[in-house]
Amino acid sequence: MIPLSWYLILAAGLFSIGLFGVLARRNAIAILLSVELMLNAVNINLVAFWRYGDVAQMAGQVFAIIVFAVAAAEVAVGLALVISVYRRRNTVVAEELDLLKW
Amino acid sequence: MATETLIWLIPLPPLLAFFLIVLFTNKNKALSHSVAIGAAFLSWLGSMIVFARALGVEHLGEHPFASSINWLPTGDTWLKIGILIDPLSAAVLFFVAWTVLMIFIYSVGYHNYGQPAGDHDHAGLPPHGATVEEHGHKHVVPSIEPMYSRFFAFIGLFAFGMYTLVVSDNLLTLFVGWEIMGLCSYLLIGFWYGKPSARNAAVKAFMTTRIGDVFMLLGIAFLYYATGTLSYREIFTEEVLHTLATVPSGVFGLSAAGLIALLLFIGTIGKSAQFPLHVWLPDAMEGPTPVSAMIHAATMVSAGVYMVIRIFPLISAGWAEGMPLNSAMTVIAFIGAFTALFGASIAVAQNDIKRVLAYSTISQLGYMIAALGIGAYVAAAFHLITHAFFKALLFLGSGSVIHGMEHGVLHTGNHKVDPQDMFNMGGLRKKMPITFWAFLIGGFSLSGFPLLTAGFWSKDAIFAEAFGNGHTAVFITLALAAFLTAIYTMRQITLTFLGEPRTKEAEHAQETKWTMTAPLVILAVFAAGYGWVGIPNDFPLLGGVVPNWIYEFVGSTLPEVPEEAAFNAIPLLISVAVSLGGLLISWLVYRNVKTPAEDKLQIPLLKNKYYFDEAYDFLFVKPLTWFSEVFVSRWMDKGFIDGILHIFGPATGRVGAAIRNYIDVPVINQFFGDGSANATYWIGKNLRPIQTGRIQQYLILSLVVIFVVGGLVYFLLLA
Repeated sequence: MIPLSWYLILAAGLFSIGLFGVLARRNAIAILLSVELMLNAVNINLVAFWRYGDVAQMAGQVFAIIVFAVAAAEVAVGLALVISVYRRRNTVVAEELDLLKW
Repeated sequence: MATETLIWLIPLPPLLAFFLIVLFTNKNKALSHSVAIGAAFLSWLGSMIVFARALGVEHLGEHPFASSINWLPTGDTWLKIGILIDPLSAAVLFFVAWTVLMIFIYSVGYHNYGQPAGDHDHAGLPPHGATVEEHGHKHVVPSIEPMYSRFFAFIGLFAFGMYTLVVSDNLLTLFVGWEIMGLCSYLLIGFWYGKPSARNAAVKAFMTTRIGDVFMLLGIAFLYYATGTLSYREIFTEEVLHTLATVPSGVFGLSAAGLIALLLFIGTIGKSAQFPLHVWLPDAMEGPTPVSAMIHAATMVSAGVYMVIRIFPLISAGWAEGMPLNSAMTVIAFIGAFTALFGASIAVAQNDIKRVLAYSTISQLGYMIAALGIGAYVAAAFHLITHAFFKALLFLGSGSVIHGMEHGVLHTGNHKVDPQDMFNMGGLRKKMPITFWAFLIGGFSLSGFPLLTAGFWSKDAIFAEAFGNGHTAVFITLALAAFLTAIYTMRQITLTFLGEPRTKEAEHAQETKWTMTAPLVILAVFAAGYGWVGIPNDFPLLGGVVPNWIYEFVGSTLPEVPEEAAFNAIPLLISVAVSLGGLLISWLVYRNVKTPAEDKLQIPLLKNKYYFDEAYDFLFVKPLTWFSEVFVSRWMDKGFIDGILHIFGPATGRVGAAIRNYIDVPVINQFFGDGSANATYWIGKNLRPIQTGRIQQYLILSLVVIFVVGGLVYFLLLA
């Protein structure tokens, strides 16, 4: 059986890619995508710990499903915001969305 | 390689091709199409090997190639997925592999590979032609599709979906393939997304099939709830079927089997464009022609029929040959027969060469559904296969015609001439001989030209079963539909190919390249020859010369091989009469018709497809728009919710004013406020530079803080 640490390394890698994307991408949609990557990294961890822990306890799977649902809702709201911002300001580049700037 | 391993591998090459093209090779057109066609070829090769091995197995129906793995743990059991090649899926795999490969090759020519880039072409619009200078004078030639690689990526993904659907041994992976194809259908109909009509057609197709898919998913869920498995081999056992057939479902007095079968069948209604969810298929002709051929004639819409053939044991649970039809079968037979006639009647009044074929597809799929509804299992499968060949041939032929006409349009430069309108054609037989002969074979096969064509034998099998088992109403409906089929087919051939060119553009039409004509020729061979494997054994003269292979082979999928209907001259004679009669009448009439005004069949009711689009718009789209705009937005949101806020607003406003006047202004503002404000202002002014307003910089800052604090905590407290 594949050792648990492989999954954790995969999840950590995925999380780091997502984190890098959030920090470094300019496109707001890409940032949203990267957030999804990070959420999925968490999912991998949850499911991996469930699988290597007590399999009869379904908490890991259930948490993963809750994360899916929250992620779907988050994407729906996020994309709606991006579309709305695009209509108003004609850009989705995060740096140009600087209304909050002093 | 073990056959089971090979079957697992069949769907993979097109998927790999999809990712390769999307991720790496999309800049290089030649590499992209090589990857896609190479993948299609590998899948084709695998399918042919599997098919050949399947032919070599005795009693394949009882000992199919099957293997499965545990996929999802569900509490203490596993949800299994796997592959299954029994006689039915082997036969389907055969035609899918051939048509898919042919269409991939055809697409190279169709998208003008090797031509220069267009003068004003944009991604998302069909190519408009490029000006080239030759021997000192300029002329316009077809230009290459701007999104050439993207097309091959999509059809690769599509092929993956279809192969997955065919080789899977359970309804879950079948549904996965089904939905992948639904997505690809959406993407490919909207391939030229710059055209509003294509965008709308894509959304319409997706939404309409989604209605069917939701019900299908309900059916799958119910089936899983009732039996605890989705694998065909575990469901289609006598015990399970018997239980399902006897347990009442509590809906309309149906048994559980009947309800599940009908829910799954609604999925087919959507996917195979049966009445009343047929409206998306004609609009789907907005996509490039290879897409129309592959998705909307040969594979995806066939998948719907394949699924109902697959679940036939469930549909017919509790029914045996010779008994009256059970309720699920009655519904299926009715919808199929009605759609067959309905689609054919609209097809006679259409002028767009591809739309005629679209309605023809709806009608022919109705034949298969009707055949299945009356229990003619093998006839349905037989017609499914022959139809895939001849309809793919007809669509590719029509694409070739359109291509030839576009050449004429580019030559004259008159872009107002619609290259798809049959009344702008005429006389193309001399300009495009290969296309003409291929189209003629396909058309004759579609209309069931006696003895020589595959369509005749498969249609005859359906007629014989319908007549022989006493389903007279179904038989008469289908015979009428066959008559109309012959009429619109000959109308199409006459208007397109015969007579004299009616426009300058038709005069300058040109035969297309070998990449387009070669698939036509290969498919024409199947469209004519595939019928020879299904000649009834007791047919006069020809019967028994070639054994009725399709009957023995496909029939053995069922545990009880269905009995072949005894030979009867009446359905045969009627079939020959309607086919030849329709062809002849149509030829006699349409060789003299030159303009749409002279065409007697341009009845507004038929021309406007019985006003179904308008009716659906009125019944569903308009009320929904009203509901969201007027009810939800204006009444609920602005009226009710805002109204409540307007009550609370003033009351709290007054309380607020009191607090403000007696506490806020004197105590807080003047005492604390001004003093602290100055202090805060000073701090704020000095901290301002770190508030850049850029979220990513904040994030980096917080990340640094986390690292620093985390490091401090770790080293000072934990270490």
